[in-house]
Amino acid sequence: MAKESSTKASPHAHSDRFIEAATERALDVDHLAHLYRQMFLIRRVEEESARAYATGKVGGFLHLYIGQEAVGVGAIAALRPDDNVVTTYRDHGIALAKGMPAKALLAELWGKKTGCSQGLGGSMHLFDKAHNMLGGYGIVGGHIPLACGVAFAAKYQQQDRVTLCFFGEGAVSIGGFHEGLSLAALWKLPIVFICENNEYAMGTPLSRTLSIEDVSQKAEAYGMHRDRLIVDDVLDVEAHVAVAVERARKEQLPTLMELRTYRFRGHSMSDPAKYRTQLELDDHKQRDPMTRARAQLLAAGYAEDRLLDLERSAEEEVAAAVAFADDSPEPDLSLLAPTTYAGPFAY
Amino acid sequence: MSNMRQMRFREALREAMSEEMDRDERVFLMGEEVGHYQGAYKVTEGMLDRFGARRIIDTPIAESGFAGIGIGAAMMGLRPIVEFMTWNFSAVAFDQILNNASKVRQMSGGQFSCPIVFRGPNGSAKQVGSQHSTSMEHFYATIPGLKVVAPAFPADAKGLMKQAIRDDNPVVFIESETLYSVKGDVAEDQDAIEFGHAKIVRTGSAVTLVAYSRMTHVALDAASLLAKEGIDVEVVDLRTLRPLDEETIVRSVQKTHRCIVVHEGWSYGGVGAEIADRVQRLAFDWLEAPILRVAQLDVGMPYNARLEQACIPQPERVRDTVKRLVFRDG
Ligand SMILES: Cc1ncc(C[n+]2csc(CCOP(=O)(O)OP(=O)(O)O)c2C)c(N)n1
Repeated sequence: MAKESSTKASPHAHSDRFIEAATERALDVDHLAHLYRQMFLIRRVEEESARAYATGKVGGFLHLYIGQEAVGVGAIAALRPDDNVVTTYRDHGIALAKGMPAKALLAELWGKKTGCSQGLGGSMHLFDKAHNMLGGYGIVGGHIPLACGVAFAAKYQQQDRVTLCFFGEGAVSIGGFHEGLSLAALWKLPIVFICENNEYAMGTPLSRTLSIEDVSQKAEAYGMHRDRLIVDDVLDVEAHVAVAVERARKEQLPTLMELRTYRFRGHSMSDPAKYRTQLELDDHKQRDPMTRARAQLLAAGYAEDRLLDLERSAEEEVAAAVAFADDSPEPDLSLLAPTTYAGPFAY
Repeated sequence: MSNMRQMRFREALREAMSEEMDRDERVFLMGEEVGHYQGAYKVTEGMLDRFGARRIIDTPIAESGFAGIGIGAAMMGLRPIVEFMTWNFSAVAFDQILNNASKVRQMSGGQFSCPIVFRGPNGSAKQVGSQHSTSMEHFYATIPGLKVVAPAFPADAKGLMKQAIRDDNPVVFIESETLYSVKGDVAEDQDAIEFGHAKIVRTGSAVTLVAYSRMTHVALDAASLLAKEGIDVEVVDLRTLRPLDEETIVRSVQKTHRCIVVHEGWSYGGVGAEIADRVQRLAFDWLEAPILRVAQLDVGMPYNARLEQACIPQPERVRDTVKRLVFRDG
């Protein structure tokens, strides 16, 4: 039994309306410049991470966000600082967009004590309580019910804080996704589920993961609002997510959003990505939302000098973060017991 | 004597599965990235080409779903091999394995069996962090109705995998990412190896080290370190955890009078605790020292490389534990 009021009949019609709305609004050039800088910073941080992986400074699994920057940056731009974010192991870009300093992130990847989780969590598990970044999680779908719990806590405490929960389209088949959505709809939780559909779950294309092509349709059976868009324009992402965030904040209603995006690198550093063609990859790189934002800025009269300054300042931030990570000390064994239990160790 | 071939652990597994698929049409393989991608760790490389998409089945990320499908299919007489990309992800399917696979035979009064193999890499790899480094065999080994297999060498991987596929019960087959490239001799006609037989992989007299899977190699490395100091230890490679070959362990302890269990994963209530219980009951009069365990430190796995290495049993930690035991009254 679907809830009458809550589903959108045509996500495409819905999308078009908001694209119009976004273009009708006067372009806030400084705001776009701010988002562009965030995307640029993320990409440079990712490139440095990849380099450090090759030289052995970073170990384990490393999942890069390159190509998807506009999703995290645009979505988080629609939040207040006290709103919460939960995501997967592909968490670097999300953490930076939520306000984690680049040096805390890189130091974590380097396994250093000055990292956001003192070098204990690593690339897949970035947490920053001060910025309401509630973690990257490694078990596909496992974080979705947890994110609903974060939203539940806000509602319980009568706070108007919203939770954003990111995941890939690969997570849509697993129980955690369905149980999370089911409860969020039933209990009217203030949460926005953002499926970053980058077309591949590791080496598996969408067509072999799901029986339907439109992920957002999954919302229908739960009587949940949905939205869907192709990520070309970071401002467009922000505008769409803002609608869902307002719905969560004002009406305590969840939304499932599907954002079509693309990752330019392999699933992780060990994946040569042989399952797709160079042509396909090149085509997506042609439509890189970060490049598009840059062009948009220039077209809007943002001076090239200012743009170069902005890029230079991001470069400096990354270089300083690398130096900071290099120079930081490693954690020692004494950290393990107190980070296992609050209070005395239970043996 | 048949001809020996050098083979990697992953190749031995692949050969065992392929041979069993050749000999039994009911056997099929299912899991994430096992087909088109050729396996996340290349264990199933080439199998899709050879057997086709009907028998080498790529699944979405839905462990509970495809484990359950395997169990239902097994009840109907098929012989599924279900790959978990790593055993960490089997936690999502734990209910299926615990409440369906292990129990359906008894619940049905013996009417239905569940001949299925669950397999994949277990335990830590290298810096893959807290949620990707759990040693799951301890949980599964507590469950009656399951068999749990954990080979250390390619020949055993092949023989035990063949047996696992032929077995009429659900079998948990424990591998390790760090073992996949290990090479070893495998006989050309290596056949199924019966469960429940441990193997003495190094003879010695000072202490019995009991290990399995990757830790057998750590125990052997420790034995080499100790040999340089004139301490001669015996290493028992369990090969199967359930059934457990207590006879071989006890016989060894009767000779050495000391026992240390080496395993990945936590010590609390784990496989080492089970072995300690059996040894103290069955070889009490022969023991000259308490039974010790070398296991993962009693905390989650940290990402930092040095801390991780400190948490995982290393040859040096095994060596030091042996020396503590041997020089106890010296
Ligand atoms: C329950 C579970 N099964 C399998 C894995 C291994 N795994 C990690 S990421 C991944 C693919 C996920 O793809 P998707 O959800 O589309 O996200 P993306 O990596 O594209 O961001 C797989 C199979 C896991 N981490 N958890």
